[in-house]
Amino acid sequence: MEPLLIYPESAPFHVVKTLEEGGYPFIPVGLISRITQLEPEEGWSGAIICADQNLDDAFFICRHLRTKERQISPLLLIVDRTNLDKLELREDLFDDFVTLPLDPREFQVRLQRLFFRTGRGLTQELIEYGPLKVNLETYQASVSGKLLDLTYMEYQLLTFLASHPGRVFDRETLLSRVWGYEYYGGARTVDVHIRRLRAKLGEQHESMIETVRSVGYRFGRHQK
Amino acid sequence: MATKSDKQSKIEYVLKTVEERKVGFIQLWFSDILGTPKSFQITPAELSSALEEGMTFDGSAIDGFSRIQESDVIALPDPTTFSLLPSDQTVAQVFCDIYNLDGSPFEGCPRNTLRRALDHAHSLGYSFFAAPELEFFYFDKDVSNGPKPLDSGSYFELTVSNLPSQLRKRTVLALEDMGIPVEYSQHEDAPSQHEIDLRYTDALTMADNIMTSRLIIKEIAAASGVLASFMPKPIVGVQGSGMHTHFSLFKDNKNAFYDDRDETGLSKVAKHFIAGLLHHAPEITAITNQWVNSYKRLVVGYEAPVYISWARNNRSALVRVPTPKTTNSQSTRIEYRALDPAVNPYLAFAAILGAGLAGIEGEYELAPQIQDNLYKLSTEEVDALGIESLPGNLDEAVREMERSSLAREVLGEHVFEWYVRNKKDEWSNYKTHVSQFELDRYLEQL
Repeated sequence: MEPLLIYPESAPFHVVKTLEEGGYPFIPVGLISRITQLEPEEGWSGAIICADQNLDDAFFICRHLRTKERQISPLLLIVDRTNLDKLELREDLFDDFVTLPLDPREFQVRLQRLFFRTGRGLTQELIEYGPLKVNLETYQASVSGKLLDLTYMEYQLLTFLASHPGRVFDRETLLSRVWGYEYYGGARTVDVHIRRLRAKLGEQHESMIETVRSVGYRFGRHQK
Repeated sequence: MATKSDKQSKIEYVLKTVEERKVGFIQLWFSDILGTPKSFQITPAELSSALEEGMTFDGSAIDGFSRIQESDVIALPDPTTFSLLPSDQTVAQVFCDIYNLDGSPFEGCPRNTLRRALDHAHSLGYSFFAAPELEFFYFDKDVSNGPKPLDSGSYFELTVSNLPSQLRKRTVLALEDMGIPVEYSQHEDAPSQHEIDLRYTDALTMADNIMTSRLIIKEIAAASGVLASFMPKPIVGVQGSGMHTHFSLFKDNKNAFYDDRDETGLSKVAKHFIAGLLHHAPEITAITNQWVNSYKRLVVGYEAPVYISWARNNRSALVRVPTPKTTNSQSTRIEYRALDPAVNPYLAFAAILGAGLAGIEGEYELAPQIQDNLYKLSTEEVDALGIESLPGNLDEAVREMERSSLAREVLGEHVFEWYVRNKKDEWSNYKTHVSQFELDRYLEQL
């Protein structure tokens, strides 16, 4: 993963600590002119803008990043809880925000989610959920140590679902995220594959994939 | 998730699986124009380049692949069809699309024909689903005295000789293992006749699944010294083997055949589709029923259609609209009853889809359904109802097909020309044959 841009140079302690612990590479930048100078060859993989010291400066940087020829995304804004109303009408300037005082666990989850969506996150090599293991390196999935014979699309669907436990996806979303739109089957295909995956997970574990009536599917238990 | 391109990730999935699961051979599968499976084996060492660039081979030995100038073609594996064989996990199979050396899709490849038809449906917003009921016979492998059934069981019968039922059970498990889900399996009407119904999926995957299933059924039988045959009418006087297939169109995740405002629950789209099928049925029968023997099945008195009609629940109709088991609108579908299991599924699905879409695009009017059992009516009565018949033999069917611009367009020039020529040859071989029937009847008497 290429480094993240972090502004300003002296970011709040917990922000820096969470990034370090999570293994996210980052480069602190204090001046606009340094953004291009310090830019990694492959481009910044995202930016974290802390607005705790000067809100207007932070918005200015966000706007600059948004209008840059080589756009930087995702953009995560860290803002004081007391300033939440200032975000109104500025939604275009950032992809997500976290409030201060920082909840490190929440920050971590938001980072994961943001970078998962853009596909630029840290490559996670093993997804584990109960007895299910999916090894992204070898493309093999197993339940209680027994390898599953999956087709490519079944594998992709399982991997996608297992990476988002507790979340409900409708068929269209699954189709566009897992298959892409260029598929003959249409959204009905999702049902066909879910049924096959359940059969392969076996009776004991088929409930890992739940049908959410008139919505779609959820992997794993509902998150509280 | 992955920054790798889609194609790269598919290829990597196949390569890694071969490595992890210690696969020793990979079978590259494709179909000739008649629907006969063809394959060649490669080793893991050749796999990477096969997936990237395909394997070049001389197509002139394959039925329908030969051309005047160039005989070399490329088989390019479709990684989404990769699977391990249940009987031997060190062997994997993958279906191929055939390309010309310049990278364009090869006109003689049936899979490409079906893809083209599906693309057409896709451009109208439709996806096409199929669920076939494969019927076949188990015979003693010694056929020197004709086909010998293994049991005298019939529909749903618990047979004394358990071998055929065991074979069927083994087959169902093997198919499920390969990711081909089975809806039902049962003993059929005739002695030694069995049926395996595959659970619906998109038509391209289903055509691949039929190719695989036919081979698995045959292989598992052969391993026990039994012959499994998809011949449409192997025994005189008993039911032949059909492949009734249920079809549906979906649009925006909704069943396009369903309309709750209609008293029959059928949408306009469904009615036009059925009308298209009925209108073009004679032209595509040479494709849905491609052998001389296919027409011995399409006779009055069995569960095979003869007359071109449709009905909600009438087993003598060509198109049947089954009543959905529940009020589940998603399961509205039509059943085309002419197909037999010795078909080329790619071409047949393409032709059926083409006929149905022609009905939708041309807004064909659907004639009223016929509830009567047409087999109980005399020919005159059927004529009086204005009901036409399907072609009575391969010769008639090919003549209808030859005149059909729809068949020509759906199959493409190359497949169309070759197919018509091949079927005419088949007919003329048959025509000059002196059968047992004639010898028994005429030799002494005349």
